[in-house]
Amino acid sequence: MPDKLDEFITTASAALDLPLEQTWRPAIKANLEVTLKLANLVAEFPLPDEAEPAPVYKA
Amino acid sequence: MSEGFTWSTGSEIAQAVAAGKVSALAVTEAALKVIEVRNPVLNAFTSVTAERARRRAKAIDASPDKKKLPLAGVPFAVKNLFDVEGIATVAGSRINRAHAPAKRDAELIERLEKAGAVLIGATNMGEYAYDFTGENMHDGPSRNPHDVTRMSGGSSGGSGSAVGGGMVPLALGSDTNGSIRVPSSLCGIFGLKPTYGRLTRARTFPFVASLDHLGPFARSVRDLALSYDAMQGFDADDAACVDQPVAPVSPLLERGLDGLRIAVAGGYFRKGASLEALTTLDGIAKTLNAREIEIPESARARAAAYVITCTEGAALHLNRLRRQPNDFDPAVRDRLLAAAMVPATLVVKAQNFRRWYRARVLELFKDCDAILAPSTPVTAPKIGQHSFTLDGVEMPVRANLGLYTQPISFIGLPVAAVPVPLDPLPIGVQIIAAPWREDISLRIAYALEKMGAVKAPRPKL
Repeated sequence: MPDKLDEFITTASAALDLPLEQTWRPAIKANLEVTLKLANLVAEFPLPDEAEPAPVYKA
Repeated sequence: MSEGFTWSTGSEIAQAVAAGKVSALAVTEAALKVIEVRNPVLNAFTSVTAERARRRAKAIDASPDKKKLPLAGVPFAVKNLFDVEGIATVAGSRINRAHAPAKRDAELIERLEKAGAVLIGATNMGEYAYDFTGENMHDGPSRNPHDVTRMSGGSSGGSGSAVGGGMVPLALGSDTNGSIRVPSSLCGIFGLKPTYGRLTRARTFPFVASLDHLGPFARSVRDLALSYDAMQGFDADDAACVDQPVAPVSPLLERGLDGLRIAVAGGYFRKGASLEALTTLDGIAKTLNAREIEIPESARARAAAYVITCTEGAALHLNRLRRQPNDFDPAVRDRLLAAAMVPATLVVKAQNFRRWYRARVLELFKDCDAILAPSTPVTAPKIGQHSFTLDGVEMPVRANLGLYTQPISFIGLPVAAVPVPLDPLPIGVQIIAAPWREDISLRIAYALEKMGAVKAPRPKL
């Protein structure tokens, strides 16, 4: 059964004009799962609205 | 030059050339000979620029100024993402082989050659630098000089293998998330990842504009310092290069440890580390009388670096992904395609977090001058090994060798990576300093080298 991420990959590939072959799907899905998990770990961290990115980053 | 001299440091070679004890040409010929013998085994070089090197060496021998050149006659190699005049900059890929030959050398090559060094070739690397293993499906893996069945580490694997394997005393690499510090650890050599914005990236093939750094590998701290000093200086051709005064570190190396407050990172940086990594770190920490501190939110910092890396990488390669998806290494392609679907809001959040995290980490430097951390969680894995077990959890090797390097390059801190010569395989420690304080990292590295606590071990080749 395709889940929401499978559907997202199908839709996003078509909408964004990205190539997609069936044999690539498991690896793309696994990578997207990891990336979204890590991205959400960052996004859930409470930062004030004023916490902007550095337009030109300087260490 | 005897076979033993191929294990000489760059500074020893430069002194011998400057004093007329050996010619730059003889050094170059010896290096070319050693590459001919060892490269079929180590697979470190993808191009050898023999004729160019001979011409350059002859010019140094004929120069009335050779005594003034800090790197007179020192052979060096560059990761094959640096432009080398007359050669296509492949960046470990198949796709870029169709590119026209570079018209001009990368700026850092020009600066090293101005200091007397001799470019001898370009080195193997993971495809488009998206790698921690040193494996490459187009060119084959670069191999670890201490055990050729094991990984060199990546993505600057060929540079690590070339220096660790005694083919050159000096090589340049790039480090986005750990690609200098990981091969340095696995190959048992010294590496310097300077502050983000310190060394110009002009005329090198990029990966992640927010995080890309360039830096040297060597078998001694003095060689790192000499080459780093020769490469410093503002360059408007790199948008991230900061107009910072040139700050030579070579004259400061012998200042020792007096007055330096050294800490060792706990928490995240101990979780998942092997016994070798922890024992090594604890030994160095004890030698330096370091107290344990916690770098806050490092797991989240690593996560944010991961997100910025894959999405900026996907943006860089978007058209190539659309037009030539079958010409990529499938492992690289599948990661980039997945990243091309990540919502932009999550990437902005990662950049917001980066600025917040930078401010928290900089606060730590009010109470210490340097922080120690492991370079890698383990010694070199086997070539082809896909997973390892860290803290009882099975994890993919390719993504996790940089577990401890990613949260540091994420905010651009300077790091000297130093090798501890464990038997049979070495492992590294990061010496992390505040921005623009490469001098502190290198002073500590030099003091440890003088004590014999760190050393680039000579492999049995």
